[in-house]
Amino acid sequence: MNAHPSKEPARVSRPEFEVPLADATAAGDVERPLTVAERIINNEAVQRLTILVALIVLWELYARWLNNGLLFPTFSETMRTFAKDIANGVLIDRTVTSLRTLTIGYALGVALAAVFTTFAVASGVGSRVLSTLTAMFNPLPAIALLPLALIWFGLGTPSLVFVIIHSVLWAVALNTLIGFRGVPETLRMSGRNVGLKGARYVGLILIPAAFPSILAGLKIGWAFAWRTLVAAELVFGVSARSGGIGWYIFEARNDLDTATVFSGLLTVILIGLIVESVIFRAIEVRTVNLWGMQ
Amino acid sequence: MTSALLEVNGVTLQYKTPRHLVTAIYRVDFSVHQGDRYVILGPSGCGKSTLLKAIGGFMRPAEGSIRIHGREVTSPGPDRMMVFQEFEQLMPWKSVYQNVLFPMKVTRKFASREAAVRADAIVDKVGLTKFRDVYPHMLSGGMKMRVAIARAMALEPDIFLMDEPFAALDALTRHAMQEELLSLWNQLGFTVLFVTHSIEEAIIIGSRILVLSAHPGRVRAELDADSLDHKSIGAPEFGILSSRIHTLLFGEPHALYTREEARA
Repeated sequence: MNAHPSKEPARVSRPEFEVPLADATAAGDVERPLTVAERIINNEAVQRLTILVALIVLWELYARWLNNGLLFPTFSETMRTFAKDIANGVLIDRTVTSLRTLTIGYALGVALAAVFTTFAVASGVGSRVLSTLTAMFNPLPAIALLPLALIWFGLGTPSLVFVIIHSVLWAVALNTLIGFRGVPETLRMSGRNVGLKGARYVGLILIPAAFPSILAGLKIGWAFAWRTLVAAELVFGVSARSGGIGWYIFEARNDLDTATVFSGLLTVILIGLIVESVIFRAIEVRTVNLWGMQ
Repeated sequence: MTSALLEVNGVTLQYKTPRHLVTAIYRVDFSVHQGDRYVILGPSGCGKSTLLKAIGGFMRPAEGSIRIHGREVTSPGPDRMMVFQEFEQLMPWKSVYQNVLFPMKVTRKFASREAAVRADAIVDKVGLTKFRDVYPHMLSGGMKMRVAIARAMALEPDIFLMDEPFAALDALTRHAMQEELLSLWNQLGFTVLFVTHSIEEAIIIGSRILVLSAHPGRVRAELDADSLDHKSIGAPEFGILSSRIHTLLFGEPHALYTREEARA
């Protein structure tokens, strides 16, 4: 070994080599399908169902231990009431009334949001107007507008539609505007490159490109609208002639029929779940998930 | 001089940032002829991308004129298809095939039956038949770039405007894409205006190279590189040309090759 005067580390010269590839069959299959049991455990739906069943069991046990149907009815009693009211049509009738109002309000809210964002996209002033309006009205709970709505439109569907529009409009408009602003410059340019302008440019480039954000807005808008509707029905369900699901809950509370209150709440949750995890989920799977945009 | 396909005369380009008015390109002249592989080469920030955008019709020159077939460029149009460096240029909500079909559909340049046949043929030409119905997020960078090129090619534009299209690719893929572009050019003989900051890429791709100076971009030289490609990388001519370009860009001015002294 010779002494190294510099600070460089001593490097031993090593021979080059080439070898044939080692046999890897001992490692077993490079890829093997999971067993049925492994797949069932990994399935998200199965996991969520298990959690749900566990919660129901807890509910039933606690209610039986408490043994006070007025405060906390059991799961089985709630289900009996639920089944009875489905069978005699009351619950279905109430739900349909609520959903009809909701659909009108939601559709009008989304349509108005489309008009607002179109103006916002068309000009810088429009954009600032929308930003300001959204900043003002988005934090305002829709239910706080209900007294005003009652003064303007009286008791009935128009007042409900008014507050639903308020709860949908700003959430959808804000998200759509954010989505449009986030469309990459190169994507915009490649759209304009093939001569797209105006409505075709918005429809063929901006809306699909901003779709993840628009869809998020629609989901938030739906959740706001549904909550607002049920709450609003509870507030003036007293004098409405044909009530919705909120009215159903309110009526049951007046009769101290807690099992029916529970079955009403269960309906609200069920509809929320169906819209969220069936309708919106289906849209997501066919769009943003397929396109890898989320 | 025969009439050129693209004529850029005394073009100055300026754009505004929130605080400044920036002059990106100053009084640039050049012309691109049919079948050219015309490369614009310059250091980063010399305004070459801005110049390409102006030719694409996305911004108007502050002075001078840009003409395609003698017509003044005023707005973006499908006669000048752009290929960008960013992969975002593809529409993520359309499959490979639909992305290629889209420009033909919206411009109505081809009947719908013909457009469908052409789209399939072009997808096949760039070797993506197996990925025809796949969405862009499933593709590698090189494949995305092939789709972007196929999409532009399907429309048969007068000229391709390519803005550093291979800059975001890894070295091996970039090499493969350069060869593919040259082989497509050999088969189809289109006209391409190619922007790059790589001297090597400029020599490999280009038949003519326009060398721009640093900010603001001014013409430094126009060189011929028709005979050089990948195979000549080790050849002396290649090295001589690269070092000549290098001197033009970074060293002392080389009087013999200066076309016009900048009036700065």
